Amino acid sequence: MSGFIIVLLVALIFVILYQIGKSSEYASIIHGSEVAARKTNRTIASLLVLFFILGLIGIWQCNEYFVGKLLPIAACKTGQDYDNMFTVTLMVTGIVFVATQTVLFWFTFQYQSSEKRKTAFFFSHDNRLELIWTTIPAIAMTILVVIGLKNWFTVTAPAPDNAMVVEIVGKQFNWIVRYPGKDNELGVRDFRKIDEANNILGLDWKDPHNMDDVITQGELHLVVNKPVKLLIGSRDVIHDVGLPHFRIKMDAVPGISTTLSFTPTITTDSMKALTGNPNFVYEIACDQLCGRGHYSMRGTIVVETQQQYDAWMSKQPSYYASNNPATPAPATQVPGGNSEGKSESEKQEGKSTLVKY
Amino acid sequence: MSNQAVVTEQISTNAALAHSDVAETHHHSHEHHEQHFITKYIFSQDHKVIAKQFLITGIIWAIIGSLFSVFFRLQLGFPDNTFPVLEQFLGHWAKGGKLSPEFYYALVTMHGTILVFFVLTAGLSGTFANLLIPLQVGARDMASPFMNMLSYWFFFLASVLMIVSLFVETGPASGGWTTYPPLSALKEASLGSGVGMDLWLAGMAMFVVSSLLGGLNYISTVLNMRTKGMTMTRMPLTVWALLFTAVLGVLSFPVLFSGVVLLIFDRNFGTSFYLSEIFINGHALPNIGGSAILYQHLFWFLGHPEVYIIMLPGMGMASEVLSNNSRKPIFGYFAMIISMVGIALLAFVVWAHHMFVTGMSPFLGSVFVLLTLLIAVPSAVKVFNWLTTIWRGNLRLNVQMCFALGFVSLFISGGLTGLFLGNSALDIHLHDTYFVVAHFHIVMGVSAFFGMFAGVYHWFPKMFGRFMNSTLGYIHFFLTLIGAYLIFWPMHYEGIAGMPRRYYDISAWESFKQFQPINGFISIVTIVVFFAQLLFVFNFFFSIFRGRRMLVKNPWGAPSLEWTTPIHPGHGNWEGEIPEVYRWPYDYRDDGNGNDFIAQTAPLKAGEESH
Repeated sequence: MSGFIIVLLVALIFVILYQIGKSSEYASIIHGSEVAARKTNRTIASLLVLFFILGLIGIWQCNEYFVGKLLPIAACKTGQDYDNMFTVTLMVTGIVFVATQTVLFWFTFQYQSSEKRKTAFFFSHDNRLELIWTTIPAIAMTILVVIGLKNWFTVTAPAPDNAMVVEIVGKQFNWIVRYPGKDNELGVRDFRKIDEANNILGLDWKDPHNMDDVITQGELHLVVNKPVKLLIGSRDVIHDVGLPHFRIKMDAVPGISTTLSFTPTITTDSMKALTGNPNFVYEIACDQLCGRGHYSMRGTIVVETQQQYDAWMSKQPSYYASNNPATPAPATQVPGGNSEGKSESEKQEGKSTLVKY
Repeated sequence: MSNQAVVTEQISTNAALAHSDVAETHHHSHEHHEQHFITKYIFSQDHKVIAKQFLITGIIWAIIGSLFSVFFRLQLGFPDNTFPVLEQFLGHWAKGGKLSPEFYYALVTMHGTILVFFVLTAGLSGTFANLLIPLQVGARDMASPFMNMLSYWFFFLASVLMIVSLFVETGPASGGWTTYPPLSALKEASLGSGVGMDLWLAGMAMFVVSSLLGGLNYISTVLNMRTKGMTMTRMPLTVWALLFTAVLGVLSFPVLFSGVVLLIFDRNFGTSFYLSEIFINGHALPNIGGSAILYQHLFWFLGHPEVYIIMLPGMGMASEVLSNNSRKPIFGYFAMIISMVGIALLAFVVWAHHMFVTGMSPFLGSVFVLLTLLIAVPSAVKVFNWLTTIWRGNLRLNVQMCFALGFVSLFISGGLTGLFLGNSALDIHLHDTYFVVAHFHIVMGVSAFFGMFAGVYHWFPKMFGRFMNSTLGYIHFFLTLIGAYLIFWPMHYEGIAGMPRRYYDISAWESFKQFQPINGFISIVTIVVFFAQLLFVFNFFFSIFRGRRMLVKNPWGAPSLEWTTPIHPGHGNWEGEIPEVYRWPYDYRDDGNGNDFIAQTAPLKAGEESH
């Protein structure tokens, strides 16, 4: 019933507006269409200028609103380069934005048809002008491309030899993280060996390198100031390892291995102090639509000192040990990620065994 | 009605006459108005009627598509509330008035598919290429009116398949409008990858057929059917823009078609084009050796030209409307054509800038950065030429002019953010965040819509012999312009903060949850803007029947050919001979009789140049 009333109300408003519009048409016929058109011109031109001024104020207000709500300082070197480049690009585009929009609205107001202005200036082309405004954008683009490519090759450069290697694998809807263990080597894995119960990455137990590999879910531990190379994979559909605090991301594609390397420079604890937010946490956001739980595919990163990392790592049993029937599985296997995300993925898994397509 | 009758419709108004002399009866068809309703309005081969069919179908799609955005904005803006109205519309997909995640993604997917393909491709270039190409180049109809009719009916078939997909048990496709496999290839991966996805693919295949039939027709009409004196460089920029649009479509849609066909094979016939090493739903799939990235290459090889397929008609119409209402020639006619050539060529070599973070070679990425930022140059040239066009003009700020000015404003705003995303070093953080959402909605969503609205308000009298109401038009314009900026401007900030797009709920995220209030604000504005569009729809349909009548042939004082046709042109457009053309379409000079323009059909005076 309320829906019906709303529909009726909207229709009524439309009809009233239409009648007002109709009456203005009649008025223009009575007063002469030229006079009416000039009057309309004045009103519309003024409204457009008003829109422009209020728009600029709105942009400023919007900036004010978002101050402090955006990301804190980038937590790696390439991220800081990123922020600098972003600022440069923002300045270039900002100048162009303000200049062209100003000209657009100024001309609109200035050259509206009126009693004073009855003819237009015939001006059909000027090659010199075209040349100028082809060259200037071309130069600006060259500058942006040069800065961009410099940063691009830095951020995509291969990881240094001393980098720690960690594998991160996406699945609907969680992240699985594998550390190489004491031998510092990740063993081979095969998707055909995956078993949801005791081999979630399909590690090949014939490969001795696998025996000491450590697997966790939803949480990634990194050492501050130590380069890391992430080996990225996916078990099912395309996911994406999005690391907003490090200003990078990379797709996780089934069947194709991708990498991402960076050096975290600020520990989680320092960042908590820096932002004044005791709940601060580095988050891994899935950036590629991967199904119903996409929005809950949340991982976290703990950036800590080498001592803290070593202490944490020493408590992690190898995946083999924790899944070998001879040694009962310790309860610490699944560190606390986000409860919502997990419940979402668990719900999905519970459901997907029931649903038959 | 039989097929034969469809074929002979254009030839005769009467089945008994179908076998008589073709030339003579053709003459009949645009003088008599006794055609059967079905041949005149349904299976019509008149390009003007087909244009209206595309436009009205597009409007219906636009209402559906934008209503979907209102539904999912309710979830995004107010995730803790329930809206019983959603359950009324969506049934079990919104139990208790709260959208399920599956259907949220289905709505997002269908919103994108509908707006990109069914509204801004078919509804936009289908409408205006059909309406304007024959009228502005001086042709009686398209090169093949029958193919033209088929083009609409394949589009209709595609529409039916998409509509049906909304009602299947597992819901419509829900893998995003780009439908990347494996998500879209595996029925186990998501509900929307079931029957809904098959219907989506079938619908898109039909859509490609429609687009090709239309595009080939547009190209051959422009190249072969221009009237006497209408050299290529005397064509209005709308025709140029629509020609490039058609060329882009004809060369890139087949690639999407191949991508779609391979996906159909992967889904149903056990092939592994896109699938490799997948463990899903408790078991490992046998597929090995495919590449999920291959699909993205095929998709974006269409997908990026598609952006220009959407933009170019708007650019052409904005040029026309700006020039006409400034009472000045378009500035730099040749520069405008050359920049469109540049855009059309570059459109084919930038597709991988959608794929910077797929793990592609950084070197390859750098090539695409260079080519992508190059596009900014012709785009900038166009903007400066538009600004110079209005400089020292005699501006009539009617509704279509407002929309054309709004088009330029939005094109600048949305174009500039492209410089961030086209630069891989910046894209590596902004990719798939709300920054992207803001960028493409402003530049190819709202801006293209503004070009389309400018065109609708401008050529409505040509289509229906009546005017749309301008007061409603102004209200529509200002609400849409203000609303568009209010909706999409804040999204840039969310994107800079790394907030991913396509998130059903952000409340669990420490880095993004502070944006919930602004999301609520955006949703409220969305609802207002949605109703402003309904105002347009109301104005459009009401004015068809009740609008102010057009009493003169050329109400806007435009030099181009379409305004030399009768107020209600029949099938064949001109009574008697098609007029001859002597000059370019932007001759806004004093003609000596108190007019501030000289029609293209006016012979040159001594010493005058055609340009």
